[in-house]
This record gives sequence, structure tokens and C-alpha cells, in this order.
Amino acid sequence: MKPSGQQQFRVPGRGSRIGARSVSFSFDGKAYEALEGDTLASALLANGVHLMGRSFKYHRPRGVLAAGVEESNALMQISRDSARTTPNVRASVQEVYDGLQAQSQNRFPTLNFDIGGINNLLSPFFAAGFYYKTFKWPAAAWDKIYEPFIRRAAGLGQAPAEEDPDRYSNRFAHCDVLIIGGGAAGLMAAKLATRKKQSIIICDENPQFGGWLLSDTDIRIDGKSGPDWAAEAVAELAAMDNVRLLNRTTGIGYFQQNMMVLNQRITEHQSKPAPDETRERMWQVRAGKIIIAQGAIERHMVFPDNDRPGIMQASAAQSFLNKYGVAVGSQIAVYTACDTAYAAAFDLAEEGVNIPIIVEHRTDIADDLLAQANELGIRVITGAVVEGTGGKLRINSVTFAKQNGNDRETIDVDALITSAGWTPSLHLYSQSRGKPQWDEDTQRFLPGESPQECVSIGACNGTDDLADIFAEAAKCTGSRATKHVIEDDVSTMGGLIGATGSSADKGKAFVDFQNDVTAKDIALAVREGMHSIEHVKRYTTNGMATDQGKLSNMHGLAIASKLLKKPIPAVGLTTFRPPYTPTTFGSFVGHSRGNLFDPTRQTPIHAWADENGAEFEPVSQWQRAWYFPRSGEDMHQAVDRECQTVRSVAGVFDASTLGKIEVVGPDAAAFMNIIYTNGWDKLKPGRAKYGIMCREDGFIYDDGVVGKLSNNRFHVTTTTGGAPRVLNHMEDYLQTEFPEMRVWLTSTSEQWATIAVQGPKAREIIEPLVNGADISNEKFPHMSVVECKVCGVAARLFRISFTGELGFEINVPADHGRAVWEAVWARAEPLGACAYGTEAMHVMRAEKGYIIVGQDTDGTVTPYDAGLSWAIAKAKPDFVGKRGLQRPDLMSEGRRQLVGLATKDPSKVLEEGAQIVADPTRPIPMKMIGFVTSSYWSGTLGKSIALALIEDGNNLIGKSLYAPMADEVIEVEVTGTVFYDTKGERLHG
Amino acid sequence: MRNFNALNLAREALRGHKGWGQQWRNPEPKKSYDVIIVGAGGHGLGTAYYLAKEHGVKNIAVLEKGWLGGGNTGRNTTIIRSNYLYDESAGLYNHALNLWENLSQELNYNVMFSQRGVMMLAHNVHDVQSAQRHIHANRLNGVDNEWLTPQQAKDYCPPLNISKSSRYPVMGAALQRRGGVARHDAVAWGYARQASAMGVDIIQNCEVTGINRATSGEVTGVETTKGPIGAKQVGIVAAGHTSVLMEMAGVQMPLESYPLQALVSEPVKPVFPCVAMSNAVHAYISQSDKGELVIGAGTDSYLSYSQTGSMHILQHTLDAIIELYPMFNRMKMLRTWGGIVDVTPDRSPILAKTPVKGLYVNCGWGTGGFKATPGSANVFAHTIAKDEPHSINAGFTLERFRNGRLIDEAAAAAVAH
Amino acid sequence: MLVIHCPYCQADRPELEFANAGEAHIVRPDNMAEMTDAEFEKMFFVRQNPKGVNLERWRHIHGCGRFFNAIRHTVSDKFLKVYKAGESRPSDAEIAELMK
Repeated sequence: MKPSGQQQFRVPGRGSRIGARSVSFSFDGKAYEALEGDTLASALLANGVHLMGRSFKYHRPRGVLAAGVEESNALMQISRDSARTTPNVRASVQEVYDGLQAQSQNRFPTLNFDIGGINNLLSPFFAAGFYYKTFKWPAAAWDKIYEPFIRRAAGLGQAPAEEDPDRYSNRFAHCDVLIIGGGAAGLMAAKLATRKKQSIIICDENPQFGGWLLSDTDIRIDGKSGPDWAAEAVAELAAMDNVRLLNRTTGIGYFQQNMMVLNQRITEHQSKPAPDETRERMWQVRAGKIIIAQGAIERHMVFPDNDRPGIMQASAAQSFLNKYGVAVGSQIAVYTACDTAYAAAFDLAEEGVNIPIIVEHRTDIADDLLAQANELGIRVITGAVVEGTGGKLRINSVTFAKQNGNDRETIDVDALITSAGWTPSLHLYSQSRGKPQWDEDTQRFLPGESPQECVSIGACNGTDDLADIFAEAAKCTGSRATKHVIEDDVSTMGGLIGATGSSADKGKAFVDFQNDVTAKDIALAVREGMHSIEHVKRYTTNGMATDQGKLSNMHGLAIASKLLKKPIPAVGLTTFRPPYTPTTFGSFVGHSRGNLFDPTRQTPIHAWADENGAEFEPVSQWQRAWYFPRSGEDMHQAVDRECQTVRSVAGVFDASTLGKIEVVGPDAAAFMNIIYTNGWDKLKPGRAKYGIMCREDGFIYDDGVVGKLSNNRFHVTTTTGGAPRVLNHMEDYLQTEFPEMRVWLTSTSEQWATIAVQGPKAREIIEPLVNGADISNEKFPHMSVVECKVCGVAARLFRISFTGELGFEINVPADHGRAVWEAVWARAEPLGACAYGTEAMHVMRAEKGYIIVGQDTDGTVTPYDAGLSWAIAKAKPDFVGKRGLQRPDLMSEGRRQLVGLATKDPSKVLEEGAQIVADPTRPIPMKMIGFVTSSYWSGTLGKSIALALIEDGNNLIGKSLYAPMADEVIEVEVTGTVFYDTKGERLHG
Repeated sequence: MRNFNALNLAREALRGHKGWGQQWRNPEPKKSYDVIIVGAGGHGLGTAYYLAKEHGVKNIAVLEKGWLGGGNTGRNTTIIRSNYLYDESAGLYNHALNLWENLSQELNYNVMFSQRGVMMLAHNVHDVQSAQRHIHANRLNGVDNEWLTPQQAKDYCPPLNISKSSRYPVMGAALQRRGGVARHDAVAWGYARQASAMGVDIIQNCEVTGINRATSGEVTGVETTKGPIGAKQVGIVAAGHTSVLMEMAGVQMPLESYPLQALVSEPVKPVFPCVAMSNAVHAYISQSDKGELVIGAGTDSYLSYSQTGSMHILQHTLDAIIELYPMFNRMKMLRTWGGIVDVTPDRSPILAKTPVKGLYVNCGWGTGGFKATPGSANVFAHTIAKDEPHSINAGFTLERFRNGRLIDEAAAAAVAH
Repeated sequence: MLVIHCPYCQADRPELEFANAGEAHIVRPDNMAEMTDAEFEKMFFVRQNPKGVNLERWRHIHGCGRFFNAIRHTVSDKFLKVYKAGESRPSDAEIAELMK
């Protein structure tokens, strides 16, 4: 044997997975050597390290339990650098690479000496659900003392503190057959399915296909060893172009209509991944048929002190020996109720490891096993139990006796391997919404019918014998069975579920290792009336650790069932929930990060605004120019200047984000009559109108100016955020309520760039650019529209205003948007005009009392409430919202109505959202009669202005009301909604 | 019933916890009861508790088709807050919050109400306006809610990304410090234990298959998988299954049931000190006392009673979480699950009498029912006992959909311009 | 994610291309103005919300843009039938047949 630290437990000649090349890694800062192909667990075991973690609650020292994904003790923090650090990585799954750095978790200061271990001494107080029963008095201490104490104890590893620099991707795929699991069953099914010329995806969570064949090296299939047979099958499949083989790929979730989600890990085993390589890829596979060949998971034995480092599953010991060439000890006892543990013991014994005892729980053992044990000099005691173990950071003894307590004996060991039998993995079957069926004969749940196109084969279907597994593979692929010679296949049948001996009463017999749930905790939950397995699970946290009950669920269920004296299926089976194994958030997210999180919409003029120093605000998916600060200006100053420039000279504004819909057809006006509250019959071509739209409930849904270009063509505008839902709303009525109408709807939001030119000099700015239209005040009055050319480009020119000034809106094809904008700007700038943003637009429209839907209305406001009764064509027999508006509450007196507010102190600007009361001296809760919807400082008027929705507001004009703020009460006077140019003369300039 | 306290816990620790009795009885149903509550979630069990405790009703059963607390009570992300806009909502949720603050003592059961603060993020000017409107209204309704700048939000919640270059930069947040999270199972168990001790029969695995009415119309009892059970009054508290049950009494409801998903990460050491919500990007997150990040997803777009949701909903949820908290990208999803939420047209609940005499309904909580549990149960018990609503739930009628007097929290928050 | 068959495109497409549009076969009467408040409530707010067979509307919003009807089971989420807008509601007997 080699000296410590030099892979002294490596067994030469064993290990189908490992290569000859050495790699080095570190664990808790100490350097170790491993062989290429090792997992972190096998590498540590090769170096004689069993202590790999601490449990969650009691901080008990723990070693590795398993050689696969069910591991719940040996979780580590793996770091490549400060940003690439990952908590809770299972050492039994993580492949070692050169330079890997692993840290143990949930211990302070060190893994060997952990202060949290005091919890173990206090464990009688920390029984299941103890926290429900205490920490309640005094009430104030909960926040200050108890809860912080509990919280500090939470968690295992550390979340990364930096943004993840790695890449992830997503992929969709379709195939005829998807096979989950590349063991004997999955590989055979794939081989047979390829003959049907079907497209096939087969995945396996491990680096290599082969499943259990890689761990049991005695099996011979047609004369070949398991690893050789698997390698040949893989080579055969890889050569076919209708097969995709995905290793290191886990089927994590079974969704509706046969969609399986696969998580593929691409770089996690590499020492130095290429910087732009994808770390993980998420596959969403829609399959004609899904063959589930997930295998089975071995259960541990539940007995007092079954958790010391050095105690593990027998199958894990067998895998460590046969896959990685590692002996998990030199004096290994066995505790079993299943034949498979014998194979592990025999393999170890053949390599010269001392197996001092097999403690066999069953009384009736096959003669050939006993004979073989005898031949290898292994003592077997049947009908026996392990009563306890000794050791602190590693097991050093095991005490066993006959089940009746006779022949008690304690012997020295450095490892103990156990097997309570095998649990078929029903996770994906159950996620397909199939109901697991209890099989009384074999004491296990098996797949039943599935509502989806899937079939379970192999060990996850409870099938034990390789010949039977191959027959299932043939059947599920519709193939003729093939003939094979199978040798030395070990039965996985038998076993037990629940605690052994008197574990439910004595000592700590762990059911769920990570969460420190013992058989006694299960018993306590049952005693306290938790009779459903879901209650037991939630009360004790059994099965809620990071392995999600892969090891613990069946034991917990059996213990509860026995105490309740009810059959297992009557106690229930907890639901299997996705993902099958913990899955990186990043692989769900893929590329949807930063700017790809959501598309950013920019207008054709965006780049100009950016070059000219605009600040932007997000409005739905758009980025809109908010204001254009000049050097030294803050937002307030910039907005003031922009407003005053527009009102005194002119301003240019990018209104391209407005939604635009083309409504065309002989029945266009009739359709508009249905959709809008307004009447459209009298509107003449060449004229425009402000339209209001409700849903059936009568509340304002959207608004916008609509231009009538001809008798069968309307240019409809909507709010920026409302465009998609307005079009959907229109389509709904057109297609389903009024399909006889000859109308066609087209979204043109992205087709038109819209440039608003507003202010006294607006006409002077654009006139020379316009061809084919007379835009004089007489020929082209306010609320007109004309098709013409602007800068030689076909345009739709509106004379409309959202500022109260003389105004035009030039619509040109988006491709020409920036050029036309620059041409306009070239004329505007020398005249002293400015570019202005959404904030100045908001101020100016508020000065005029123009509403913004969504700001001055909120989905509970009718057109009447908003002072828009003039926009309702009451004589129309029908429009969407007509009936809703007649409901009692919508017609009642005293509804909130839109009014203006003037602060008594004109320099005070109200906060938007400030609540308005009639009497601010009332106690809290104070009766609120409305709130401020819009509020600005008006530089033009030299005072603050505000719009508000106030109960019965129209009847309160001239009255004083109050806005009680946190530190003062602001008195306001109710006014009309128009603050500037109340006669509207400037519009017509 | 043994008192739950440190002394008894210590005593029991010394004798292997053998002395604890059942937290609730598991009786067979009697022939009839004065009041039957259908649905043993937090709201239903709480209703039974307050009926017995505050209204002296002696003869009560709670019927549950599965296991108590197994519906949305045990499936939600446990966010508790009361900073709602409208007076009716603020009144109801603040009543609940007041009860939450003393619930562990009241029930002698530690529901682990953790007032870690609930922060609601604003990502655009409209969000800011909406948050300010809430804050001002809340102040005058006596509900705490305060505005945080982006930096203050980051100080309160260090994992938050407040970079101006993010896709939807954080423009601030509304913080309710009294808000937080609680242990959802404990709420159901705590109410069940006390209700059972006062004589309430909690009957699990008992599905209601019909509602019986006299020829004169009033309720006379229910049909169940354990046989008919008589009752003078029946309260339906069945969340996603309300429509199905009310249909049995001939009442059609303004409800739709949608799948709602949630997920947790693997447990990590404390890293997320509060609850943070973002309605704009649909991201709801907190960290449990076990260390798991608890993340709420959105609903699917279609009706479903399947209790499973779609992959793309999960993806979108995590997209949003990672956009706001990029450091969590390497964390792993441990478990995801689904529930069925019943949604009303105005997104506010119905807590009311029905057109059928003796039949009452408590439903329509959508994605936010957990926070209301004690308040809802308390006023619903009043409504049943007095056959008229408490002033706090007077507005949450069924009739509001007829007369238009909606309590439209969704409309008031969600319309973008 | 559901796979939905569009009766206009005659193609199976992922749910991402579609928008659910609520309960199907709710009639908007011609004489809206004469509805009672109760009738309006029933039309606009009250929903069947069945646990079982649901008749619902979808729109192939990122495809052909058409609204259509579907029969789907709300427990299994399986589609039993899709049909074009305007086609009459399948009879209960036909739905029962589809369930088999």
C-alpha cells in the first residue's frame, strides 16, 4: 500500500472509467492526485479521504454515500475563479479535472472541527418540527434573536457573489424516439429502434454510456464484458446518422404533449474550457415516443449511527472499485438485505480487501452466494442486524447481533457497505402524469399506465433480469426479440424498506442524511397526527434535501406505514417533481440575459437622439428620448427650456413609437363605429379626429388620433404600449363578431416614422419640404391629414397637436425617417427650434389638459369620468362599451372625475400619486376622494399644474381640497383641466 | 392539547418526545353539522377556528378532498404584505397583517412570520407613478410603505442589479417593512390544531360531490365520498375548485382557474435578506429559512386544473430573476411545482354571501391569497356567523360584477401607456 | 408548452405562436343596449371554468393571425378538437365521442 496522500487506495488493474494520466486537484486547500476519469468522490476515496461534508442540522461528519446523482452528503463548493463558483456540487458526479478546487461546506472553522457540531449534542431538542413549538415568547425576541439564529444556520454552500461569465444555450429538437438512460435497456432499445429508420435521441447523465454495466464487471453478454458490450453498442449507434447520442445529459422534466427537457453539461469536466464554449445546453425535445430507462437506485440500510464517514451503499463501493479502481477501505463490513451487495463484497475480496463480515438481514439466502462467500473466506451471519457503529470522523467499528439480540459482537472496520435493495426510478414516469402502482409481491412502486406516449423499461420498470430487459427493449420498439447469452447477472430482487432492528426507538438511524431526518423523527410526526405522507415529509423535511428523496422517500414511507398500521399505498407516495436532478438556472435562461432578456425597440431616429445627447426612458419595449440636456442642465432645466422653446419658436419630436393601424375596406367606417365610442360617418376624407376606445365594460382602453384618408381607409394611431392589444382587440371583433364586414387591419407601427413639429414656427419649418399639398391654415386646418411628399418621400402629413401649439406630424416610411428628421432639423435649428423629448411633451399636453391613457386613466375610468363625453356618439345603436357604460355604478353620482388642481402656493409641485382629501384633520384611515394623476412645474405659466381624478370633481371647481403629505399638507384649488390657452387659439395659428 | 413552549419541548427532549399527542384529531364525519367548511386550506381551517373561537359556533366540520393544507396553502411562495391601493383592499390585507403579527402566540404554533420587508421594484416612469400612488394612499390608510431610491433598494437587497445599463433599470422601489414571509404549512397546521381542540371535525380524504338544497332553496348539506352530511350553513373555501363546487349549487361564478408555478433553488447560506417583487418583469423572490431561494413564476395563459405548468413560463421567470440578480445564474433549481389559482375579472377576491341561502363563498384570491389568510378567515367567519359581511369585506361581493363596482387592483397597476 | 393545431394553417405549432382568448361561444347580442345587468354580467364576467372539457378560443397571433375554437380537457390539457371561428358548437354527443 502506498503512503498517505498518494492514492494509496487505488487498485491496479481495476477501473473501466479511469485513464492512466494523472491530474491534480485540491480539497479544502490540500493538494491531491487523481486519475483522469475520476469523480471527485472516487479521487478523494483513492486518497483515503472519506470525510467530505457536514449534515444540515446536526453538522455531523459525513462521507460519500453513493457513486451517482443520489448523493446527499458529499456536496462541495467547486470554484474555477471568484465568479465561477458553484455550491452544492455532488462529489460523486463532478469529474475531476486538472486544477479543480473543491471546498467543503456548512462547517466552521474546518471540516474536521466544526463548532456547529454542538447541535449534535443538543439534538434531542432539535427533533422534527421543534421550531413550530418554541421561539414564540417573548414575541419581540423572534425578530431579534431566534429568527436570525435560525437563518444563520441555513443553507449549505455559498451563492456566487459575482455575475456568471459563462455562456448557456437552448435548443429545440424533434425525434421519433427519445431514450432517457443509456444503460443496457436504453442502449438495446436504441439499437433496435434504429432498424426502424426512426430518428433517435438517446441521453445518459453520465460521461459514458453503459449504466450499471460499467459497475458490474462480471456480467457477460454474448461473451463480452459489460463495458465492452456498451462500448460496441455506442460505436454502432454513433455511426448512424439518425441517432444523436448525448452523454452528460439528464432528462430533467417531462412536460405536456411529450416534451422532455434535457440538461447537457458540456464544460464542467474540462480543465480549461474555451472561453466562448457553452457551459450547459438545455434541450427541449418533442418526441413521438419516450422510452424511459432511468434505472433504479439502491437504498441504504436504516440503523443507529448509519451515517459515519466510511458507510456507503454497496453499489457505490462496487462502482468505485470497478469504474474507478478504488477500494473504499481495507476492512469492510457488509450489511444487506439484497443479493447485489454480495457481488460488491466478492469483487472487493478478490482484490484482497478484507471483508470480515456480511451481516445479512434475511434468513434465507441462496446457497451459491453462501458457497462463494465461504470460498472467499467471508463470514456471513444471517437473520442479523447492525445495532450501531463507532468512530468519529470515520467509522472504526460495527456492532451486530442476531435479530433477537443474541450473539452481539463488535468488530473493527474502516468501512461498512449496505444495501436494502433497489428502488425503481419513477421520476419521469410520474411527471408524465402516470400513477405509480404498488406491487405487493416485490414491495415497490412500479410504473402503470401513462397518459402520454411513453414506456418504462429496465430497472425503472422493476425488470431485473438482463434477458427480460432486452425483451422489453424489443417490445417497446416493436422489434422482434433478439437472442443473447447472458452470464453472471446478479438479481436485484429482495431487500427491505424501513428501519431495521429497534432503530425507530433508539439512536439516530438516518433516513434522510442531508436533512438529518431519523426514523425517530418519522415516528414523532406520526405520533403528532401527521398521517398523510405529504404531512410527514413536510413536518420532518424527509425527502426535501438536494437529492429530493431519492434515498429516503421509500424508507420514510415504510416507517410511517408501519406505525400507522396502514398499507403503504394507503399512506401515499409524495409527488415526483421536476427537475430530476438540481439544474443550473443559467441553462433555463440561456441567452436571455442583458439586452437579449427582452427585445429593445428603437425608432429610426433613435441614433440621432443618442448622438445629440438624449436621455432615454423605457416605455413598454421602446426606448424613447426623454429629454435632451445641454451641458450643465439637469432634467428640470432641460425640460423647462424645451417647453419654452416649443411655445415660443418650435420643437421637433420623435413620435414614431405611437402605434399605427391601417383600417381599410368598404366597411371601414362601420367598423370604426363599433370599435370607437365616437361617430365616424360624418368625418370627411382629409380630416382627422381624436378617438376613444373602450372594452365592453365601458372603461377607457386606448385613445389616439385617427385620420380618414378616403372613404375606405383610416390611419389609426394608438398609445405606444397599447398597439398590440388594440390590434388584437380589433381583430377579435372583426373576425368573430363582425366577420361579414369587409375590413382589413394591418399594423403599420414599424412602417412609419413619425416626426412631430410643433410651435408657432412649425409651418415655416416644414413648408419648403412639403410637395403636393397646400398646408396653409385655410387649406389645411387643425385636424387635417393629407398624402403628399416630404423631402421627396411619400408621406402622410397630419395637422394635429399634442402641445396646444400649431403642429404637424409627418409620417414617412421608416427607412427615410432619419433623413427626413435631419432635413427638418436642418431647417428647425437655425430658426431657434429645439428637439424635445417625452417629458416636455408630457408637460405641454398637461398644460392643455390632454390625457394620457394609463396615467390620467387607470382602467376604472370611463370617458365621462375623463371629461370626454363629447367623444361618445350616444345616438349610435351599438359600440363596444355602450352597454357596460350603462351599469349602475358607472352611471352613479359622485364618481371620480378628471379635474385640474392649482396649488395655493404656485411654487409647490404636487407629487404624482398624491392622494386628495376634503378634510386633512381626520384621523387615519383618512377618507380619500381622489389622487393626482399628472403633475408638473410649468415653466411657461410660472406655476405648478396638476390633473387629478376627484370624486364629483366637476362640482367642486373652485373649492379647496388637500393633499396630505408625509411632512405637510398642501392646499389645492380644483380647476378646469386646461391651464394654457384655454380658448385653444394657438392651435389654429 | 399540550402547550407548545420551550419548557415542554425541553421536557420532551429528555424522554424522546413520547409525550406529544396528535396535533389534530382524524374523526369520521357526523350526520350533520351547524356549519360545514369545504376546503381545509389556511383560509378554510382559519374560518372554522374563528367561528369556534369568536362566534361560539360549536358544531363545525371542515371537509378536505386531499390532505389538509395541501392546496395553494402549501404551494405558494408565502409573501405577506398589505400595501394595496384601494381602501377595501388595504383594509382587508392590513387586517390580515395585524393578525399575522400575533398569530404564533394566538395559535401557540410558531408560524415563523419573518418581517423581512417586501420590496416592489419600479422599472419605468409608469411604475414609479404607480408606486407613489400606492405609497400615498397607504400612508393615509395607516399602511406602511416607503419609497427607496435605487441605491437604497440595493442597500436593502444587496444582490439587486441597479446598473443603468440593464435592460429594465431599477428606478426605485416601494418597501413595506412590515411585510415578509411565513411558514405556509405551519399556518394550516396551527389553525387545524386549535380548531380541532375546540371540537371542529377536520375530515380529510373526503371529497364533496354535491350540495344539497331544500325545495325552498336553502342549503341542507353536502354529498361526499364519505356519504351525505347535513349542514345549516356551508362555506366554500376551495380556491381553484370553487367554480366546480358552486356549480353543484347552481351558481355560476366569475372565475377562471389557471396553473401557477413556483420553484426553489438548492439551499445556500443567507444571501437574500428580504422579499423582492417586480411586476414589470414578473420576478418574485425571497430566501427561505432553510436557505432555498423561493421564486414565484407567472400563470399559464389557459385554464387548467392539471397542477402543472409550462417550461417556457419557468424559463421566463428565471430570465427575469437573472436579469435582476445576475449572481444567481449558477444556482440550481431544486424543485418546481404547480398550483391552481382562481382569478376574478378584477383580480380581487370574493368573500361573500351567495344567491343561495346558507351558502357562502371565499374565493378569487388569484396569486395572492396566502397573505390574507388570517384576515380572510376572520371576516369570513363573521360573514357566516352573522349572515352578513363584516365591514372589512363588505365590498368583496359577488354583486359587484353586476353593478360594476369593481375593486380593480389590476387595472390600477397594470395599464401601460 | 402545448402543441396546438391551427385549423387555418393546418399545422401543429408550439403554444408560443398562440394567444389564449378565453371561453368560446359567448354570444354578443345584436341588441346589446337592451340586455339586463344580469345578462351583461353573465356575458362579460361569468365563466364556465370547467374541470373537464373546455370550449375555448385561441388566436394564432404569431402565425396566420386567425381566431379559432378548440375543445381541450382542462385536467389532461389534451386538445380534442380545433375548429374555425364561426363554426357551430359541437354537440354534447360529439364531445362525448371525442372523449373516448
